Amino acid sequence: MLDSALEILRLQSAGEATAVEIAGAALDAIEASQPTINAFTHVDRETALAAAAVVDAKRAAGGKLGSLAGVPVAVKDVLCTRDMPTTCSSKMLKDFRPPYDAGVVERLRAADAVIVGKTNMDEFAMGASTESSAFGVTRNPWDTTRIPGGSSGGAAACVAAGTVPLSLGTDTGGSIRQPAAMCGVTGLKPTYGRVSRYGLIAFASSLDQVGPIAWSVPDVALMLQAIAGYDHRDSTSLNIDISHYTDVLSSSDLRGLKIGILRDSMDRDGVEDSVRKATMDAAGVFESIGAEIVEIDLPHTDYWVPTYYVIAPSEASSNLSRYDGAHYGHRSTDSSNSDKLGPLVTSYCRSRAEGFGDEVKRRIMVGTYALSEGYADQYYSQALKVRRLIKGDYDAAFSQVDLLLGPVTPTPAFPLGSKIDDPIQMYLCDLFTVGANLAGVPAISLPAGVDASGLPVAIQLQAPVLEESRLLFAGAAFQTATDHHKRRPK
Amino acid sequence: MTLNNGYPTTTVIGLEVHVQLKTDTKLFCGCSTEFGAPPNTQVCPVCLGFPGALPVMNDAAIELSIRAGLAIDCSIPPMTKWDRKQYFYPDSPKGYQISQFDLPICADGFLEIPDPANPDRTRRLGIIRAHLEEDAGKSMHDEAAGRSDTRIDLNRCGTPLLEIVSQPDMRSSAEAKAYLLELKLRMTHLGISDCEMQQGSLRVDANVNLHIDVDGKKIATPIVEVKNMNSFRAVERAIEYEIDRQYDLWEETGKTIDDESKTTRGWDDGAGTTFLQREKEESADYRYFPDPDLLPIRLPIERIEAAKASLGELPGALRTRLESQYGIKPYDADVIVNQGPELIAYFEEAASVSGDGKRTSAWIQQDVMRTMKDRGIGIGDFPVAAGLLGGLLKRVAGGELDTARARDVLAHMVENGTSVDAAVSALGIESVDGGELESLCKELLAANPQVAEDFNAGKQQAVGSLIGQAKKKNPNANPQQVRETLIRMLQESAGNA
Repeated sequence: MLDSALEILRLQSAGEATAVEIAGAALDAIEASQPTINAFTHVDRETALAAAAVVDAKRAAGGKLGSLAGVPVAVKDVLCTRDMPTTCSSKMLKDFRPPYDAGVVERLRAADAVIVGKTNMDEFAMGASTESSAFGVTRNPWDTTRIPGGSSGGAAACVAAGTVPLSLGTDTGGSIRQPAAMCGVTGLKPTYGRVSRYGLIAFASSLDQVGPIAWSVPDVALMLQAIAGYDHRDSTSLNIDISHYTDVLSSSDLRGLKIGILRDSMDRDGVEDSVRKATMDAAGVFESIGAEIVEIDLPHTDYWVPTYYVIAPSEASSNLSRYDGAHYGHRSTDSSNSDKLGPLVTSYCRSRAEGFGDEVKRRIMVGTYALSEGYADQYYSQALKVRRLIKGDYDAAFSQVDLLLGPVTPTPAFPLGSKIDDPIQMYLCDLFTVGANLAGVPAISLPAGVDASGLPVAIQLQAPVLEESRLLFAGAAFQTATDHHKRRPK
Repeated sequence: MTLNNGYPTTTVIGLEVHVQLKTDTKLFCGCSTEFGAPPNTQVCPVCLGFPGALPVMNDAAIELSIRAGLAIDCSIPPMTKWDRKQYFYPDSPKGYQISQFDLPICADGFLEIPDPANPDRTRRLGIIRAHLEEDAGKSMHDEAAGRSDTRIDLNRCGTPLLEIVSQPDMRSSAEAKAYLLELKLRMTHLGISDCEMQQGSLRVDANVNLHIDVDGKKIATPIVEVKNMNSFRAVERAIEYEIDRQYDLWEETGKTIDDESKTTRGWDDGAGTTFLQREKEESADYRYFPDPDLLPIRLPIERIEAAKASLGELPGALRTRLESQYGIKPYDADVIVNQGPELIAYFEEAASVSGDGKRTSAWIQQDVMRTMKDRGIGIGDFPVAAGLLGGLLKRVAGGELDTARARDVLAHMVENGTSVDAAVSALGIESVDGGELESLCKELLAANPQVAEDFNAGKQQAVGSLIGQAKKKNPNANPQQVRETLIRMLQESAGNA
């Protein structure tokens, strides 16, 4: 199996496989999985093999190799790549070829990773099911009648389908952790500002963060090590040294670690028993390896989703203004004139009407409303105030405990189409995840079992700002003690 | 003021001035801000708002804004932040402009100007705020031959602008002009902006209306904003035009500020009229919110203090000092200060060497500035150093050289870059001793008996005709000395007669 980056690195250094062979295998696997899973929006075999050949040549010449040398990596199609399209899974950007690489993509290339393609997502990263993609839905490898989660559905599904060991997702309200949970893989949302947003096509700038998805914690740590760090091109990037994320992975003893379990929130309506049970079981595992478990509450949890669904659409309505068919994006060919608006405004309106899907339009409308005169105080400003309270909750909690344990999603992966016409139900998928984005703290989703029908269920650990190491340390210990992350779809 | 023989009327004017900051690079990226490059050659993903590109603050623009704010007596808050102002506009690539909404970098200042109505007094005009923002691109409409093409040049996108908003404190077009002149002077003096109106680095919008006193009751006419004027003259004329137009319109329609919201008008310089641009200014909803891509900026008090200390003397204080220290007239001090710091320094050095501030001021305003203008150079490139000019003028003041000869010397120094001594000797100028002068004058009086007659008849100016002849016979003769000697000789001979 080529599902571990560390194993792939070992195979190459042991001379048992070349980067070209590994890339070829990944590309074959992608090709085989595309008709059923549809995790990718773009795959370029030639480019990927050429990149792999460069790695092999470098190795043959005895050159210094990067930390991801020859490892096939998939990149969510919201991150700019200069040699591949970057579409945000939108008709709006279906022809967009950025003239530059995102900061994280540069780092992947610098680490000698082999970028095999771009992964499918909810349009402009808005959604929890990857059903709002203009390139068709992605299916869950565990059960192809079900969604893979979203918006990084393609990024999680391509790992779960065994096509690549590492992929890059983005997480605005849970978009790495929720699909990772539903696809039974490990996904990390780093601290806001830990990873550069340069070249990440913005959905909600104050919440967006890029992060790794892989089967296991050591692979996640490896990828985080490669992408984290200061980027002068992103003003919100943190100019603080990065930790040695890969140094903390051999532990199996969590003595001295205090974990707060978020019991209150688990007892809400709509949270399935399998999810509750997995969390409680995980608490037992952590206890068994030395951690102290205490119950803790984040008082403003009820306000997470409403606050998020004011702030994120507000920022989105602004960030997506540039896609008007004149500056960027799809331009309507409908040239019939509207007397009322004049040709320019008519062109903007038609281009946006044709280029954006329903969910994106819905959020632009919500955000425009929330920011508009007379309502901004009632909605946007109010949401900012609540956001500060939510941050305060986290600060208070982390003054008592080292980590927070809870579920990632209220339910395992649901059937395709079951929530697509009910936005509120869809938004509630983010119930447990948006808090970390609002507070800017890092959080990890770890496989923690399966439900009665064999669908993956996961737990989430959250840590104080910049304590990714603590998440990885505890996550690795959990995976040493359990086999959940070793389960594979049939 | 009374207009049209009608009711007493007060004109109310507030100005919004966009000053382009003199930074090398744009507000949020490293692109050049140089004027006049071929269209769309000074652009990058950041200033073009490419998907995924992010703004990064140019600290030089912050520094210049702080200096600008201090120069107009604004307070600089400890923290300022960025906001997005949303509107679709063809030459605004992101669909929003990064600007400042509720926490501008400068607040609550004022500008003192000479009162145009009374030279003995000054007027203090309030400044509400000054905020930083990025400029948009430029649309060029090509409507030739039935076409309706619009071409867009985005070179200007992201250029830093400081928008300085005054209180509606001005009462006449002359005050508005004086305000603009003083503002421009301070901005150029401190190197904050070139304020080249032709290049758009200083742009003015004027808000104008009238308060008409109808038998003790104040009636306000609807406010008009005249946009984007590109000369001080245009601002003055547009305001004058609006005063008349608004009064006439009020007389005709009776419409007041309560009947009509603000309208936007343009200025047609050729026709000398304003024209309607937007009939009913809808209260635009810009949906401001803090830009999540840029962090708030802390401005520690130490930084403000350091900026304050680096400002040096501001123009007002400078003028007063030059007047008293060098004994020059307010007008002359004004001219020198208006030329900027380099010329001020040049003047001060030359004046202290010459010991004659008035003469130095006159020479700089005439000879030096004319040469600079002819050659299209600044004072930095003027070939005669301040100390050399001072030395030359010292000789003139001491009577060693007459003004005309000194001009020749300066011209020679300008051409050849030599010292005063070298120029003097190159021109063959020698001082003429007393005996030589006496015999020259004696000779001239003997040859021109009519002069003595006229002189004795009371026409003292008759000697004038001999001064020219004296210069012809000996170019080094000092006209003043010639005149004095001639008069002395004539008086002596008259006394003897």
